[in-house]
Amino acid sequence: MTENLNVFAVRTLTQKEYFAPGHRSCQGCAEALAVRLVAKALGRNVIIANATGCMEIVSSPLPYTSWRVPWFHVAFENTSAVASGIESALKVLMRKGRIPRKKIVTLAMGGDGGTADIGLQSLSGALERGHNFLYVCTDNEAYMNTGIQRSSSTPFGASTTTSPAGKVQTGQVTWKKNMAAIAAAHNIPYVATACPSYPIDLVQKVKKGADVDGPAYIHILSVCPTGWRSAPELSIKLGRLAVETGIFPLYEVERGQYHLSIDFPKLKPIKEYIKLQGRFRHLTEEMIEGIQKRVEKEYEQLKERAKRGF
Amino acid sequence: MGKRIGIEVSIAAAEAVKQANVDVISAYPITPQTHIVEHLSELVANGEMDAEFFCVESEHSALSVCVGSQATGARSFTCTSAQGLALLSEVTFIASGLRLPIVMILANRTLSAPLSIWNDHSDAMMVRDCGWIQFFTENGQEVYDHVFISYRVAEDRQVLFPAIINMDGFILSHVIEPLEMIEQEKIDQFLPPYEPLHRLHPDKPVTMGAFALPAIFAETKKAQEVALLSSLPKILEVWKAFGDMTGRYYHPIETYRAEDAETLLVTMGSFGETASVAVDQMRAEGRSVGLIKIRLWRPFPFNDFKKAVQGAKNLVVIDRAVSPGGPKGPVASEVRSALFGESVHPTVYDFVAGISGRDVGPSDFVKMVDKAEIEIEEGNREGYELYGVRE
Repeated sequence: MTENLNVFAVRTLTQKEYFAPGHRSCQGCAEALAVRLVAKALGRNVIIANATGCMEIVSSPLPYTSWRVPWFHVAFENTSAVASGIESALKVLMRKGRIPRKKIVTLAMGGDGGTADIGLQSLSGALERGHNFLYVCTDNEAYMNTGIQRSSSTPFGASTTTSPAGKVQTGQVTWKKNMAAIAAAHNIPYVATACPSYPIDLVQKVKKGADVDGPAYIHILSVCPTGWRSAPELSIKLGRLAVETGIFPLYEVERGQYHLSIDFPKLKPIKEYIKLQGRFRHLTEEMIEGIQKRVEKEYEQLKERAKRGF
Repeated sequence: MGKRIGIEVSIAAAEAVKQANVDVISAYPITPQTHIVEHLSELVANGEMDAEFFCVESEHSALSVCVGSQATGARSFTCTSAQGLALLSEVTFIASGLRLPIVMILANRTLSAPLSIWNDHSDAMMVRDCGWIQFFTENGQEVYDHVFISYRVAEDRQVLFPAIINMDGFILSHVIEPLEMIEQEKIDQFLPPYEPLHRLHPDKPVTMGAFALPAIFAETKKAQEVALLSSLPKILEVWKAFGDMTGRYYHPIETYRAEDAETLLVTMGSFGETASVAVDQMRAEGRSVGLIKIRLWRPFPFNDFKKAVQGAKNLVVIDRAVSPGGPKGPVASEVRSALFGESVHPTVYDFVAGISGRDVGPSDFVKMVDKAEIEIEEGNREGYELYGVRE
């Protein structure tokens, strides 16, 4: 049902674009699509703090900008702190009557490097302090902007320029860091995972995250053809496969309560997802089997949590 | 006349931040700046100050918060020392590039290693080129006054640069001094609420912090440099207005009994008061010694400096930081650059003294002048020494 809704209801989204066309992202960049949908979901009453990374570079070469809403880039690791400053300023200026009172969403945005690695400290600080802001991580599973270096969000086995598939080592040796769980551990009101291959689901989650009182975190899987060594026209399909294989389940954590956005009685084999990407080309059957088992186990654990509720 | 009271300098600094009606304060503890944020948190907790005050998880975030809040149109403040400054130094360059008039107090402290919480200027020298307006203060009154002066200068639309108020850690931050507090009505007149030229707001969307390709980067840097240099007349104007209000007139270069002096001591920060005692002693002995105090470190007041040292034979520069492997102490190196183009100029003798808070008393200044005068007389044109080191 949800799937059908996603196919047809996409036409109900606003035609207005706040992330303007003409930016310089690669062909088939699902991150640009994710950001475009996030911007659509939030409308014009937003201020965006954007970490250094692909979306910053593709959208803001002086003197051009792709942003039709206020947008601010400061550095790589401090986006949540910058957003804390924006949110606090809005609060105090409205309280003192220096700007009119109205709801303005503070959005912080970063890639997986800017979120799970270098930006983790400032994100944790801002979540703990309880600022009323939404953090969106667009996760393309490596430092793509600097040339596909591994991050803590790179999946096991993926070959990157700093976790290459060599003669004795076969790509990334660590398992993907679970950022959504880390965010949820801060006991914030709203955490979700999303993927632009499910646009309505993504938009609804962004709206929800923006509406809650307090911090919200949304982790968006963003297919990157350049870094994943996949065909640009497969980006939407790959996003779907990531969800359908259980590699990237879509779920929400509302006030600590887990629930799956889409449940699959039977997951597709991860091989369907892996075989379309050059970054996994070197994986042996045995390794794929190992990944399959862990994905299934983690999916079951997530389902258990959703059943239990916490 | 404002009320004259005995008050710890850090507390006075916090009171000034309150009187300046700062909107957002981010805090992270590091000795010796901690008393400032402690007192600010008390003021907010007691409802004596209406501001968003919060403790962040690092100094890097402390300044990043200010960058976010200042860009949204709120007057913002933070303070730090040494390691904290090192951690947030990345953001100092960004704040000036973005032309955000944040004010930060730097309670000067030694950079590790070895770890030392005591005072010197190694932290300030690390960010010498970060593009902020940088003041050095000599006593508590100057710290208090410069909070208002800094905001007024920084927020001037022809300036729009962040400002650092350097105050020597412990030597100033932790002492109780007699200070004249200014009446709130006067402050409100001197420093109206901050009205930004551009702010982050949906009613008028702007992009801030875009990146520059080489084809445009050099032009933006040139514009920034020209703007920082042209802030000098504005600083003078604000000092004048402040002087007219309080009777305390400040100048980029202060002189003390410098007229016709053969030898001039050159100091920055709290050294100035101690050195003036030494100058009095030497003058009483009939020696021709005076004192030059550098208050404005950036933009460096080259012309005022050259004018102040005109006619002197010897300059005895007292640095409070080492520039390892470099052209001697950072202040002496600056002073030499200032004088290099002059056909006639004094000989510069450089001492690095008081690092890591080691006491430098009036007799030490006398000893340094003695030694420099003898060495210069004997033909040493490149004098440099780490003063008082046990060997």
